[in-house]
Amino acid sequence: MSRHRARTAIGAGVIAAALVAVAARAQPPSGIVHGGGSSKPLLEAGSELYAANCASCHGIAGRGVPFPEKHGVGNIEEQGPPLIGVGALAPDFYLRTGRMPLAHAGEEPERQRPFFSDHEIRALVAYVARLGRGPAIPHPRPATGRVPEGYSLFSEHCAGCHQIVGEGGYVTGAKVPVLEHATPRQIAEAVRIGPFVMPSFSKAHISDDELDKIIAYVLASRDPEDRGGLGIGHIGPVPEGIVAWLVAAVVLVGVCALIGERVRS
Amino acid sequence: MIRRALRVADERSGSVPFVRKALRYAFPDHWSFLLGEVALYAFIVLVATGVYLTFFFEPSTDRIVYHGSYGPLDGLEMSKAYASALRISFDVKAGLLIRQTHHWAANVFIVAIVLHLIRIFFTGAYRKPRELTYVIGVLMLFTALLEGYLGYSLVDDLLSGMGLAIGYAVALSIPFVGANLALLIWGAPLPGDPDFWSRMYIAHVLILPILIGTLLAAHLALVASRHHTQFKHKPRQSERRLLGIPSFPGQAPRSLGLLFAVASVLVLLGGLVQINPIWLWGPYEVSQGTNGAQPDWYLGWLIGALRLVPHFDVVVFDRTLVPNPFWGGVLFPMVVMGALLLWPWLERRVTGDYRTHNLLDRPRDAPWRTAIGAGFLTWVVMIFMFGSADRVTVFLGISYVAQLWAFRIGVWVVPIVVLLVTRRVCLELQEEEQIEREQARAVRSAPSS
Amino acid sequence: MAAILALGFLHRGRRDSPERRIVEPGSKQPGAELAVILLLLAAAACAVAFVVIYAIDSWGNRTQWFGLSLGVSLGFIAAALIVASKTLVVSEELEEDYPAVDPEEEERVAGILEQSGSRITRKRLLSGAAAAAGAALGAALIVPAASFGPALDTASLYSSPWRRNRRLVDEYGQPYRADQIEEETFYTAYPEAADRDELAAPVVVVRLKSNELEMPSDRRGWAPQGIVAYSKICTHAGCAVALYRTPKFPEAEPGPALVCPCHYSTFNPADGGSVEFGPAGRGLPQLPLLIDSAGELRAAGNFSAPVGPSFWGVRTRRPSA
Repeated sequence: MSRHRARTAIGAGVIAAALVAVAARAQPPSGIVHGGGSSKPLLEAGSELYAANCASCHGIAGRGVPFPEKHGVGNIEEQGPPLIGVGALAPDFYLRTGRMPLAHAGEEPERQRPFFSDHEIRALVAYVARLGRGPAIPHPRPATGRVPEGYSLFSEHCAGCHQIVGEGGYVTGAKVPVLEHATPRQIAEAVRIGPFVMPSFSKAHISDDELDKIIAYVLASRDPEDRGGLGIGHIGPVPEGIVAWLVAAVVLVGVCALIGERVRS
Repeated sequence: MIRRALRVADERSGSVPFVRKALRYAFPDHWSFLLGEVALYAFIVLVATGVYLTFFFEPSTDRIVYHGSYGPLDGLEMSKAYASALRISFDVKAGLLIRQTHHWAANVFIVAIVLHLIRIFFTGAYRKPRELTYVIGVLMLFTALLEGYLGYSLVDDLLSGMGLAIGYAVALSIPFVGANLALLIWGAPLPGDPDFWSRMYIAHVLILPILIGTLLAAHLALVASRHHTQFKHKPRQSERRLLGIPSFPGQAPRSLGLLFAVASVLVLLGGLVQINPIWLWGPYEVSQGTNGAQPDWYLGWLIGALRLVPHFDVVVFDRTLVPNPFWGGVLFPMVVMGALLLWPWLERRVTGDYRTHNLLDRPRDAPWRTAIGAGFLTWVVMIFMFGSADRVTVFLGISYVAQLWAFRIGVWVVPIVVLLVTRRVCLELQEEEQIEREQARAVRSAPSS
Repeated sequence: MAAILALGFLHRGRRDSPERRIVEPGSKQPGAELAVILLLLAAAACAVAFVVIYAIDSWGNRTQWFGLSLGVSLGFIAAALIVASKTLVVSEELEEDYPAVDPEEEERVAGILEQSGSRITRKRLLSGAAAAAGAALGAALIVPAASFGPALDTASLYSSPWRRNRRLVDEYGQPYRADQIEEETFYTAYPEAADRDELAAPVVVVRLKSNELEMPSDRRGWAPQGIVAYSKICTHAGCAVALYRTPKFPEAEPGPALVCPCHYSTFNPADGGSVEFGPAGRGLPQLPLLIDSAGELRAAGNFSAPVGPSFWGVRTRRPSA
């Protein structure tokens, strides 16, 4: 009895520890400073927000904070790339998908609820865009893209990491995001930037026209034609195996138990 | 009426005495004895649905441009095999139901075989005089794995193409003969000669089903000739004498009921839960791949092994001798199959028990067997689990590299722990029973003294 | 069921003492009977529904209704049979002896086998000749299987469509220009005018920053302007190396890598394709490049090693020539 209880306790402990770990990961970076009202001019508000939330890594006026030659020298803990010339495109993507600010440099930015309000984001985007000449926010028109061609392009450029229907995946050292919630604009931005370790694709490589097709495919594959019934995740064998064991096998063993003798006399 | 029919049959075949024997064959009763029947009925569903699919499927790698009713792939180049699988899914009435039922049946067939094998192992049902029945069963399991692999490989979608590439690499990795063997089977380096598709097809729809059917017939004939094993529930049951329900009328409706239950579950899954939506994967091309590519569940243990093995080839000077996929793709399944096949003789050698066994052990009755079986099962299941570690990374955010190292160590440590704990639990259960028995005896003897 | 049939042929007949009543009687269960009848009728209704659904052409995708009607129909029959087995079928228990071996029969069979060869004097020679005939004929019957493929000639495993000066073209057959290849992204290229389905055809092309390149000394000049090309086929299990990891902020993020999605073998494009992670045992074969006078990319020779998964005896390097 006590042995059993100990086992339960250990199990509960493991689960609790895992939950704490997950919760800890989900914490937003502390110390987000929000801008005052919308009374200030956009650029001024952006500059203030930038100084309070971004400059510690991206440097004064977006000049970046280089890595120290040796670790520990100067006690600089956070470093980041320069933002001069990234235009409005990159900050719009990173802020609207909640990928910035990061808790630590080098950590994989992951999609979450944006830390800033729409007004704050517009202010920051305006400020960063003014740091140097750079690309504007794209305006894709996926409605004009043909899905089969989008499939071909997606399969060649994207499926290796994002999985053929955009269900995400793994690449050594990084988690590849699921494309379920990305808006057409965010997809276009990500293709152009190549966030974190993703390749970037210029207009010479993937034209705006081709990009529209890719986005059309992503939107179509997000809500695919589930002719066969429940989609169970659209990733194939893993959930199928789970259904075979946890549904079919459980039901059929239940039928066996119903038919056959269970209790010994 | 009945009598007249029997007379007609008896005069022409002399079979009535056999029929009487068959009707009064005794089935010992326990729910776990029905797991093998589940596998049998899943096989029947597989054959029935498979025959239907052959009427529509075209096993050809000839390239065509698709203009079928599935819009999102319209205008793409693909093989006729893939296009005909799309046609079955979208244009043949009830074709998708049959295709999906077939695929679910394959998954459930092997689930049932594995459950049946677990039952057989942990109750010691493979012991003399049933070693051959057991060996045939294990061979059927491995034939079924190959049959399933060929089945989903035939379709020529992106996942199946990647699976075939891995199969090709595993064949190539066999020492000495790998290159010769792979070229013999594929006819040319990957993606292989067009004939390869005909070979896979005939193997999948004729050779392997007949092989499984033959093994199945031998398996059942042997079971029937030696009779079922039984648990000792009642004093009248012994190594010599069995107690059971007659096949007719007792067992027949139960077995038939199970057949219909299996068919019902498979058809319901086939209609309601999507399996292998090939139209989402798209056609295969050598230069393309998708993340999260996985084999069907029953080959998951192999992908797990392939991913777990550290990176090295056996190299002498500048020549590779044993390529890496050999360890996870060939050696590992050979070890598992070898261990399963040899176990009855291994156990007999160690225990010195050469007697005939018609009574089953409960798992606790044979602590070492149960412990070794649990440890071995844990080993295989852990390697299997690692096969989906990339999906765990996506869904739970646990680092793949951390999982890799945890499993590389865990697959050796955890099974040993499980083995020791299982043995302990078995011994304690035995002790508890002993105490209960003594107490019962004391209670019984108390009033008399 | 098959077991029962098989039994009929295998089981030796044994005589039981005649009984007047063979199947024991049981009490009547009219309620259960009614339940079984209703279940069977429900099964019939569902099966009819299936046929009706099948017949209506105007109804679009019906897979779910097909599955539901047919599956539920089968389920009702299963339920009817199980209810019947629990209530209507008399519950009997048979006692039976396990079959025992019959030493006398064994003796008789052994006798037949032994005594049949009484006229044979040179038993060993005869069985040797029979074995030789059997083995030779068996071999003769197996030999045609060699037509399956070039089993003895494995040279095709080394074949590659790449030659010196062959241009790298994209999916549409357009040649790649060197100035078209950008950093932090990847391109798939094929040999001009060659079979693309061949395993050695597709290569992945990336441009690295000059400070990232660490080519081995014998491959200087293979990467003009920092552009490198590798076989797109993983040396581990033959999947397409379709993943390119390239850091935006190299100081804090993992470096450039080519990754295979099947077992996550990870190769370093900067140092000639060495294995950085994952199960692959040898590096990715590199295709030496040159830039011609028109600024287009061409192969400067063949791969550094055979393409695709390894096999017994494969050279890990290009034969020095």
